[in-house]
Amino acid sequence: MKNTLLSPHSLPGPEDIHRKVLQNGITVLTRSNYSSASVVISGYVAAGSQLDPLDKLGLAFYTALGLMRGTKRADFQTIYDRLESAGASLGFGASVHNTSFGGRALAEDLPLLLSTLSDSLRYPTFPKPHMERLKAQLLTGLAIRAQDTGDMAALEFDRLLFPGHPYGRPEDGYVETISVIDRNDIVKFHDTYYSPTNMVIVVVGAVEAQQVFDLVESNLGDWQPHSTPPITELTVVQPPVETIRREVIIPGKSQSDIVLGTLGPKRGAPEYLAASLGNSILGQFGMMGRIGDSVREKAGLAYYASTSLNAWIENGSWEVSAGVNPENVEKAINLIKNELRRFTSEPVTMEELEDNQSNYIGRMPLSLESNNGVANSILNLERFSLGLDYLQRYPDMIRNITPQDILQAAQKYIDPDRLIIVSAGSNHSSTSST
Amino acid sequence: MSDQIFQTRLENGLQVLLKEIHTAPIISHWVWYRVGSRYEIPGKTGISHWVEHMQFKGTPKFPAGILDRAISRDGGMWNAFTHLDWTTFFETMPADKIDLALDLEADRMINSVYDAEEVNSERTVVISEREGSENDPLFRLDEAVQSTAFTNHPYRNEVIGSISDLHSIQRNDLYQHYQRYYNPANAVIAVAGDFDTGGMLKKIERSYGCIHGQALPGLSNEREPSPENERRVNVTGPGETTYLQIAYRAPAAANHDFFPFSILDSLITGPTSLNMFGGGGISNKTSRLYRRLVEKEFAININGSLQATCDPFLYNIVITVHPKHNAEEVLQQVDEEIDNLFQSPVTQAEIDRAAKQARALFAYGSENITNQAFWLGYSEMFDQYSWFLNYVKELERVTASDLLRIAREYLQPGYRVVGIYHPDGGMQ
Repeated sequence: MKNTLLSPHSLPGPEDIHRKVLQNGITVLTRSNYSSASVVISGYVAAGSQLDPLDKLGLAFYTALGLMRGTKRADFQTIYDRLESAGASLGFGASVHNTSFGGRALAEDLPLLLSTLSDSLRYPTFPKPHMERLKAQLLTGLAIRAQDTGDMAALEFDRLLFPGHPYGRPEDGYVETISVIDRNDIVKFHDTYYSPTNMVIVVVGAVEAQQVFDLVESNLGDWQPHSTPPITELTVVQPPVETIRREVIIPGKSQSDIVLGTLGPKRGAPEYLAASLGNSILGQFGMMGRIGDSVREKAGLAYYASTSLNAWIENGSWEVSAGVNPENVEKAINLIKNELRRFTSEPVTMEELEDNQSNYIGRMPLSLESNNGVANSILNLERFSLGLDYLQRYPDMIRNITPQDILQAAQKYIDPDRLIIVSAGSNHSSTSST
Repeated sequence: MSDQIFQTRLENGLQVLLKEIHTAPIISHWVWYRVGSRYEIPGKTGISHWVEHMQFKGTPKFPAGILDRAISRDGGMWNAFTHLDWTTFFETMPADKIDLALDLEADRMINSVYDAEEVNSERTVVISEREGSENDPLFRLDEAVQSTAFTNHPYRNEVIGSISDLHSIQRNDLYQHYQRYYNPANAVIAVAGDFDTGGMLKKIERSYGCIHGQALPGLSNEREPSPENERRVNVTGPGETTYLQIAYRAPAAANHDFFPFSILDSLITGPTSLNMFGGGGISNKTSRLYRRLVEKEFAININGSLQATCDPFLYNIVITVHPKHNAEEVLQQVDEEIDNLFQSPVTQAEIDRAAKQARALFAYGSENITNQAFWLGYSEMFDQYSWFLNYVKELERVTASDLLRIAREYLQPGYRVVGIYHPDGGMQ
């Protein structure tokens, strides 16, 4: 297997990713790219939904969405008027570990983007009328989620796979938890957990590294850190001891969504890349891998049937998703289970391995051509402590994976007789067991 | 984006557009066919989209599965899309692997098999795709609005087709549709990326030059009468959320009115990004309808969309109604805001702002070679590539009086369909 185009030094690495830690703890990473006149920012502060009180799930998310509703320096309309007039965008969201942000602008408007970011993170006023309006928007979002078969299957899957763990709870909460959050909760959450310590910001685009460092320093360098309460140690999640099958009934739906699977490796696990390559063979490569071939191409049961490996800091999930006619739910589940049995009982072929190795290495230039693609990759290097030379080492790491590595990773995590299986849709199944 | 492109037409009628970009070792190759739901007849709706699916089922030279493997193995990205006016197939590949893309697209332009068993297997896949869409209340509302908005024009049909047609279309229907529309004289090849123009042209001539082309008669653009009265359509379905969709007849992209209409879109609902790949959008929180509806709690969310099409299509405004209000109250607010456009001239600052937003969206889109190749072909589907090159300049030339005229001409209630999705509270 060779790839004539991919010299390690054409990939982002220590030579052109510049990194600096400010005195207040903010890590800044940047890479210049002058192929277009634009710039993107991406990053996070360590204030994720794992900090939500159980009766106020959705608090981190609600707080993140409130940041741009008004600050001490500008009201809501002024903030957005400046951004939208420049054709720029900025937004916040929350995941389990972090409150994240992302934005883009023409390079000439990077100062605007960073000053808006700084104001939003440091000086939000959470105006009461805006927060009430936002609450109504969140509640409507949850009503829409309740009608989405894919979302509801995934929600129930996470709840069953990660019982008692933040990974099993929705970042956007539930109707009953969002309803009881008031402005004081949000102000307190912000005051307690938002801090420059552990904040990461990545800037990629038509701008010099020194200019990025100067701009971040001038906008965020004087943000004083304060001590935040220690994060409670997360419970250790055990794999399912038996198969659990659940149906979420949502009347009036033409299609049912299936999510099934089990735990997967965390991002830092030594077998992560072998699992990832195996996952590609199982349900991604070409037209959704072996599972796509079985469920879509051969059986014609689904428009989509694919797998995903979601690896986080503490844990991960290994999932198969498919959308099928309600009458075909059990048939599709059986086809998927057959593929999981094969995947965990025999090594992948050398042909499959080489195809996927070649794909993983060959697609790197494509995944790194846009500023956004580069920024997300750099953010992951930092988040998971992979090292600035990770992308340059990556092709060799992929080449060194063997069929046996993949089989071992598959067997370590997937037991086809101990799965979480959830379907959501109209009730057409005769084998409902809840 | 750089303006330098090379254009030619081969003897068989195949139109070719090439743009060298040397920022990354990548080439994006697109084949565009002038066929989509615009070309479909009653009883055969969805056939163009289904043909697109069948094009992945193999030829004698590249049997099904081989194509996937060959492209993916080289780290390529490929896909296809069917829309109102066109069907397109693309491959974005490492530059030294692009010959494969040319070989396979030239081959499947004429040699696809359409095996009867594969047709039936794909029937259920396409039906499944449609059923997935039907789960979404907004698809059901849009389908009802679109079919009400046109009397004769095939734009009245969703691209995926009606469920009854998806059950009745047969293998020979698909094959005939394929044979008619997939030919060089009805196609555009657009390639952007890391190549030398002379060398790429030779490759294209070698791959496609020997395929026989047969020009197709053009379609009349006058099949659809102008709307005269506002039409209403109601849809009931599961859920708790009410949606309001207002669809005005919009100008065709090649009509000069499209440019001022784009400014209106930007003012009313925020700028629509026409990029297919990359760039993302710009939020719309300072748009007139957001301020009036969301800020005043008549709506949870608003969204507008304007598409560049061959014939006049629709400017859709989709509103998630706030639980405190009903759709009629929201509609009244929309009418008052539209009326403001009829009465008060738009300021130059607002026009400049919309032009800058468009410039930013184009800059975001140009980060990505796939998106640049997309524009080469896409603009040829409804006009010419010069349309794209001049787009921002045309927006900058728009005047307040243009906007007044356009608003009065296109945003009259008689020009629209109002659709309301009524939730049944989760029960059905």
